[in-house]
Amino acid sequence: MIPVADYYVVASVLFAIGAAGFLTRKNLLVMFMSVELMLNAANLVLLAASSTHDLGRGSAMALVSVAVAAAEVGVGLAIIIALFRLRASVDAEEMTNLHG
Amino acid sequence: MDALIDPTLLTRIAFYFFSALSIVAALFVVVHRNPIVSAVALVMTFLGVAGLYLTLGATFLTAVQILVYAGAIMVLFLFVIMLLNLEKDPFEEPHVPRLLGAGLAIALLFGLVAVLGGTVAVGTSIRSGSAEEIGKIFFGEYIFPFEMASLLLLVAMIGVIVVARRSDGKEAL
Repeated sequence: MIPVADYYVVASVLFAIGAAGFLTRKNLLVMFMSVELMLNAANLVLLAASSTHDLGRGSAMALVSVAVAAAEVGVGLAIIIALFRLRASVDAEEMTNLHG
Repeated sequence: MDALIDPTLLTRIAFYFFSALSIVAALFVVVHRNPIVSAVALVMTFLGVAGLYLTLGATFLTAVQILVYAGAIMVLFLFVIMLLNLEKDPFEEPHVPRLLGAGLAIALLFGLVAVLGGTVAVGTSIRSGSAEEIGKIFFGEYIFPFEMASLLLLVAMIGVIVVARRSDGKEAL
């Protein structure tokens, strides 16, 4: 039995890598992939924590989170396509419409 | 009866293998300048995380992770990358906001490890993560969240079609 803390450390590393990618990259698609990394890390913590209590309910909750992630990816990529049509670019630094 | 190989040792080896796979692939996602390489590395990360789910005994979630993430979500990402026909990011000098972002992420890592790394949890789950158990949970106690998830997917699907289609009726991007 692997200690739960080991899973937490792996998930923390994945989350931090995702956060670093989101904060440092300018390509909207790669930023979006980083968000997916963070979501996966959160799911891993959820399952690791539930493995010492009730893995069935933890899995059910993680499954709902996967469904939300799937919906989110669809909407996010549609927005990126719409932005690309508007600007011919996926550079986050060019999206300054709301800059005032 | 003695097993030839200790099963807990196998689980441990699998844990380290899948952890290393997912972390190295995640680094590739963030560092590589070609978005297609990032997307393929993201598939490897998802597979690594699926392996970690397997070492936890969450068999159904392992299957869902591979089907939904490595299958559906990645196809969507690759489809959009190829639709937009992106070039590599031009080389960028590290400047202050990026270094700040990286520093913030490292601080976050230390904070998370400090908070979560010392967790000691003993005991085993009262239920398995098999499809049978999850089906019983979803179609009994948690029928409402289940229906809400279906509704969310339907609404997202309609929203995506509305946002992504051209308003002038032409078919090309």
